[in-house]
Amino acid sequence: MERKKVAENIWEIPLSHKPGMRVPARIVASDNLMNSMDEGVINQITNVACLPGIRGYAWCMPDGHHGYGFPIGGVAAFDTEEGVISPGGIGFDINCGVRMISTNLTEQEVKPKLRELINDIYNSVPAGVGKSGFVKLNRKSFEDIMTSGASWCHKNGYAFESDLDHIEQRGKIPGADPSSVSEKAFKRGLDQMGTLGSGNHYLEIQTVRFDETCDRDIAEKLGVMEAGQIVIMVHCGSRGFGHQIGTDYLQSFGKAMQKYGIKTNDRELACAPINSPEGKAYYGAMACAANTAFANRQVISDSIRKCFSKAFGKPVDRLEMNLIYDVAHNIAKFEKYDIEDKSTRLLVHRKGATRAFGPGNPELSGLFRDIGQPVLVGGSMQTGSYLLMGTKKAEDLTFGSTLHGAGRVMSRTRAKKQIRGSNLQQIMEKEGIIVKAASFAGLAEEAGFAYKNVSEVVKIVDSVGISKKVARLLPLANIKG
Amino acid sequence: MGFRIIENIVSGDFAFEAFGETLEDLFASCAEACFSAMAELSKVDPKIDYSVDISADNLDDLLVDFLSELIYLKDAEKIFFSRFDINIDADNISLNAVARGERIDYNKHDVKVDVKAATYHNLEIKQIENGFEVNVILDL
Repeated sequence: MERKKVAENIWEIPLSHKPGMRVPARIVASDNLMNSMDEGVINQITNVACLPGIRGYAWCMPDGHHGYGFPIGGVAAFDTEEGVISPGGIGFDINCGVRMISTNLTEQEVKPKLRELINDIYNSVPAGVGKSGFVKLNRKSFEDIMTSGASWCHKNGYAFESDLDHIEQRGKIPGADPSSVSEKAFKRGLDQMGTLGSGNHYLEIQTVRFDETCDRDIAEKLGVMEAGQIVIMVHCGSRGFGHQIGTDYLQSFGKAMQKYGIKTNDRELACAPINSPEGKAYYGAMACAANTAFANRQVISDSIRKCFSKAFGKPVDRLEMNLIYDVAHNIAKFEKYDIEDKSTRLLVHRKGATRAFGPGNPELSGLFRDIGQPVLVGGSMQTGSYLLMGTKKAEDLTFGSTLHGAGRVMSRTRAKKQIRGSNLQQIMEKEGIIVKAASFAGLAEEAGFAYKNVSEVVKIVDSVGISKKVARLLPLANIKG
Repeated sequence: MGFRIIENIVSGDFAFEAFGETLEDLFASCAEACFSAMAELSKVDPKIDYSVDISADNLDDLLVDFLSELIYLKDAEKIFFSRFDINIDADNISLNAVARGERIDYNKHDVKVDVKAATYHNLEIKQIENGFEVNVILDL
């Protein structure tokens, strides 16, 4: 494969790699990661580079791995006049994302109550296949959630007003259109509000660590004050509602491509012009799912807060359980970037990639306008996660995007053959991590060895300058869906 | 008929290769593979029947649409399916099927991982010497 290193940790696959490429592809990776990068990632990101109206480069982040359509870790920006919107550039789990909640508790205070706490949370946040949530919705209230996202949670007692300031785009993507949502999507999602889901979704109680490369000043501004402080991370998305919207539009975009004469190298890259009725309908439905996902993570947060309050006999505000941030990592959003020195409105697709706006970005408000936007990187449940910050460099280089996790190196099936879920649970308990899983098979698939080294991939984005390291977060107790 | 899980695709998904002497067998193998990702199929009794009618532009789409319908019913009706009686009209590219299963029961079904969707990724039904085969990737 033809490739050239254009800067430290940045590789370019030129236009000559594949007929039809409209822009080169760029991969953020160390020599080591590039050499071991799955061939499927190269094939998929260069397929993305062939899509109509793509601008700049088709990017893949260092946690990139083989998906369908876009690779996981893929970022691509499309001109709003000539470009396309593709469900395969977002994923079935629309607005899968991560949020992080602070506490003023320490590891020493929490450890004696950890098992009781995690059991209580497990009973309050339904996890696994086919579980219903505790929030009862009807058509009207579900449609309210689709259009108002996290604001619905505030109106209905599941959020503090201050929470909204700490969610990407205040937890409400404009343009949501419930009339673009199928009856099936509605029925599939109606009873799933406040549920964690399955697969790689988790809820984790973590302890903070710093090393010499962490920005402690920023950490303090975010409320992450000291090593050993307890924080909580939640990773999930729009549940069956989003999965059905992805399914519906992937199905119907086959016909739209014929209508508009668009050809792609992979059926999973099915797309429609952004300005076409089909493209607009998908955007409207996607925004409904994105808002539902913000609300889902907020309802889960409310349950977590109540469990902590009960366990420690204190009201939530005295535990300082503040939302640090909530980011989407499967989404398409309209943003402005300079293309050939001209400010241009683009539709940025991020599939397994996180927005990473830096200080001064006009879309950020309050504290974040000054310091930039937090980036939450969910690693594996064994090896830990990271809190990073977005940068101006990310806006200049990667359409304001960075990585989202550690990235898989081993298939689920192979991981499951290497270890039994019950053994993994015992090993993790010895390492001091309590695990509660809806399924032992599902647990084995998420073993630490199935993922890239999260510290290595974080080091790469830090050194390229598209994110800045703030804190490392080590797992103490994990609920696996 | 039957299916074999493909291990060497580095992804967060579930890939399998299915076989069938007839198209009906092939589709049933794919449906079994799909639900075997979510539960221990031998523990899912065929107590409740659901009728499924689908038509599509081609056989590959018919298979994806069939699996998508079953995945939808899994969430909307909270049901796992374990038996499939399928009739395919290959000329008109349509099928009618009866899927049998029971309500999801965590105490009984050895529940595994949720299937979010069936994908079109590299999916192509091929005629082979003794019938048909196809590779399918499900999003987990």
